[in-house]
Amino acid sequence: MLGRFLDSDVFYSFRRNPLAVGSAIVLACILIGSVFSPWLAPTNPFDLASLNVMDSFNPPAFMPDGARANLLGTDEQGRDVLSSIMYGTRVSLFVGVLAVAFAITLGVTVGLVAGYLGGFVESVLMRITDVQLSFPSILIALLVDGIARAVLPRELHNELELYVLIFAIGISGWPQFARTVRGSTMVERGKEYVMAARVIGIGSARIMFSHILPNVLGPVLVIATLSLGQAILAEATLSFLGVGLPPTEPSLGTLIRIGQNFLLSGEWWVTIFPGVALALMVLAINLLGDWLRDALNPRLR
Amino acid sequence: MFAFIVSRLLQAIPVLLVVGFISFGMFAFVGDPILFMLGQDFTLEQKEALIRQLGLDQPFLVQYGHYLWAALHGNFGMSYRLARPVSTLLLERLPATAELALSAAAFAMIVGMPLGVYTGIKRDALSSRLILMFSLVGVSLPPFLIGILLILIFAVLLGWLPSFGRGEVVNLGIWTTGFLTWSGLKALVLPAISLGLFPLTLNMRLVRAEMLEVLRSDYIKFAKARGISQRAIYFGHALKNTLVPVITIVGLQIGGLIAFAIVTESVFQWPGMGLLLVQSIGTADIPVMSAYLQLIAVLFVVINLLVDLLYYAVDPRLRIGRGGGH
Amino acid sequence: MALLDVVDLVVEFPTRRGVLRALDGVSLSIDPGEVLGVVGESGAGKSLTGAAIIGLLEPPGRVASGQILLNGERIDTKTQEQMRPLRGKQIGAIFQDPLTTLNPLYSIGRQLVETMQTHMKLSDRDAQARAIKWLEDVGIPAAAQRIGAYPHQFSGGMRQRVVIALALCAEPKLVIADEPTTALDVSIQAQIITLLKRLTREHGTSVMLITHDMGVIAETADRVAVMYAGRLAEIGPVAEVVKHPAHPYTEGLMGSIPSLTHRVERLRQIDGSMPRLTAIPTGCAFNPRCDKVFDRCRTDRPGLLPSGQTQAACWLYAMEAANG
Repeated sequence: MLGRFLDSDVFYSFRRNPLAVGSAIVLACILIGSVFSPWLAPTNPFDLASLNVMDSFNPPAFMPDGARANLLGTDEQGRDVLSSIMYGTRVSLFVGVLAVAFAITLGVTVGLVAGYLGGFVESVLMRITDVQLSFPSILIALLVDGIARAVLPRELHNELELYVLIFAIGISGWPQFARTVRGSTMVERGKEYVMAARVIGIGSARIMFSHILPNVLGPVLVIATLSLGQAILAEATLSFLGVGLPPTEPSLGTLIRIGQNFLLSGEWWVTIFPGVALALMVLAINLLGDWLRDALNPRLR
Repeated sequence: MFAFIVSRLLQAIPVLLVVGFISFGMFAFVGDPILFMLGQDFTLEQKEALIRQLGLDQPFLVQYGHYLWAALHGNFGMSYRLARPVSTLLLERLPATAELALSAAAFAMIVGMPLGVYTGIKRDALSSRLILMFSLVGVSLPPFLIGILLILIFAVLLGWLPSFGRGEVVNLGIWTTGFLTWSGLKALVLPAISLGLFPLTLNMRLVRAEMLEVLRSDYIKFAKARGISQRAIYFGHALKNTLVPVITIVGLQIGGLIAFAIVTESVFQWPGMGLLLVQSIGTADIPVMSAYLQLIAVLFVVINLLVDLLYYAVDPRLRIGRGGGH
Repeated sequence: MALLDVVDLVVEFPTRRGVLRALDGVSLSIDPGEVLGVVGESGAGKSLTGAAIIGLLEPPGRVASGQILLNGERIDTKTQEQMRPLRGKQIGAIFQDPLTTLNPLYSIGRQLVETMQTHMKLSDRDAQARAIKWLEDVGIPAAAQRIGAYPHQFSGGMRQRVVIALALCAEPKLVIADEPTTALDVSIQAQIITLLKRLTREHGTSVMLITHDMGVIAETADRVAVMYAGRLAEIGPVAEVVKHPAHPYTEGLMGSIPSLTHRVERLRQIDGSMPRLTAIPTGCAFNPRCDKVFDRCRTDRPGLLPSGQTQAACWLYAMEAANG
């Protein structure tokens, strides 16, 4: 199967596109660096015992009075910025991927059901989808998070913050999948293999998930990639606003927020480097998503 | 067309009701206003007096009714955190957010659309490729990061523009404006750019994509076959057809701007509604949150309606009605 | 002198799997006032020939070799900007689907006026008056009232009439009509063809009528060119080609048309299908399906050889030519 993939049009288009290849490489590096951060990072920034407050605000290694040990400098508590970034990226990715997975699960299911069953069910589901689509997703995520924050007692909330975020971002992102999948399902519904399955007597659920689903996954893949970028940005934004991940388990957004306080006093690296890392990651994801969309678009071939 | 407006309004009502219900639900089931308003020590009498005062001893539906009624009159209760009427708070901060959103929208449109047309027409030129690359960066950079970068460059390093606040504002009765003072305008520049960059890149890519699509259509081919000039094709036929779908998206953008203003206001400490919301969420200030929710819902319904009307006005196919041939 | 001369036209499409030859040495000519039908299956290259002549080949397609001459002047080497004044004024075009061919946001009057003013110096009032006259000419009732109407307000047949008016309003010498009736109801098709015939005769316009419908050709054309797999199979006066087809492919085409007057046991069907452009057989492109095939057909590609009043690309006629 790998052989078939390497031979395919899609891979050909990938090889020819330097941006896509570049993005994939960057992304791979980021992935490895973040997932394996406990082993790869120079220091563990959250091991309080290893922190020395005398180390605080070391400028990055490449600056004239920089510390050799800290490639990207340290923050106000002496934590190495590079390590913080690696751990932070890990958290950001975790939230982003799970949020998208949640959104896909919910959105694809709704889309399949609405597209296949039609009628009243479809109208209701699509109405909900459309209404939610007309609100900016960041607002929805914000409000869901706000409600959770108000509902849960403080300690429980802090423990579950990660999952609250995943839920909030996922909830804000499912409609786009539902819309697309519903459209594709409607198209597939009229095709003969579906009718054949019905005639044999296969149940609706099985038809939807085993027969139709594989055929509608194409556009879902493209949206998923772009959605991942959006989810990561959403998490970063929420953390930046202070309603996301706390400083004890920071994501890139949290790091940027904390760092902004030191921008005016000259220690720019505490906020800029996490920002660059975030931007690079999302840029790479977007580039790959763009390429994927063009590669899978039958009209452009 | 009148029937159209009425039907859209009717469709909007269930949405508003649901939103109102959720907002009220937040009030009823979430948080404890007593704790907020009285602090930790209070006597039983104080508590009971407050309960009666807030109407919390009434049955659920009655409370809901009161809530909706009050909301319709613009009364959203008192902020837990600031102990002031929510509606006053929102009104105070509305001008700041509105002016920011408007400036950003203007920026996004005035710069974004022509760029989109240009990159659509000259699709393979080097300049187009560069602009597109830049736009991809614009879409990937989160608004707060753009804000921070702008602050770093223009405020910290160059010192040209302020890094927070709104500058001097002129009080015009119910509205305070920053447009009329030099410092107000200077303070507006960085926030407006950082808020508007994302919609700008979106506009540009959208216009470009539409333009490319339109330029591939049969009627453009036919126009070429009739020898119509390049200029008439691009700026007459193609542009007009491009703008029709673009208008809807741009109209809907205003909504996104209000939402993202929240972030920009945080970065620049801009005293608008967004900053208020963030502070409320952090402190679980329910009245503010629920009022904001309702306000946004109404705003979006209105925006959607206006955009639909605009679409109607621009596309003759919708105006005169279908068919009629023979 | 012929109005249009196409000499050995080769059109190629560079693809990532190699260069595709979509037209391989097509030659034809059209005299002033003549209607040349171009017939063949889908994919045979008819539309491409028309597109190449008017200079609107979709990139990456390009003219690889050969010449296209209009009134003796080469036009295949002209740039887009040089071709523009010719389009509409010398060469007009009619496309298949009138709904997508007309700009939905411009009134039909505006589209007419614009076309005329691009090529002729006319005041707005004169252009408007002429536009109304054209609409009347093509048979739009109440033309003066409907001039401000939009394309979607007309039925398919009416729209195609408008398209014809647009194609002819700058008085071109040649009109390339690419499947002008295919998208229309059968009942309307006849009307449109009659209209086209009448108008072009009135204005002395030549027509290159591209279609897969042999019946339309028989009705309308003076001469007909049969295309197959990017090449010309046969070309000659319409009556001859229809009654005495020379090329076996044309024979097959004629035999597959049901006739009201003539009873047959079953309609003839040509076995197999037209080869894909990437897999054209050596020698004569038709040889795998031909029932008169012999050895030479499989190795050498035939040029156009005379057979009576027509010419056919078939080795059957080589012996005739040799016999004088």
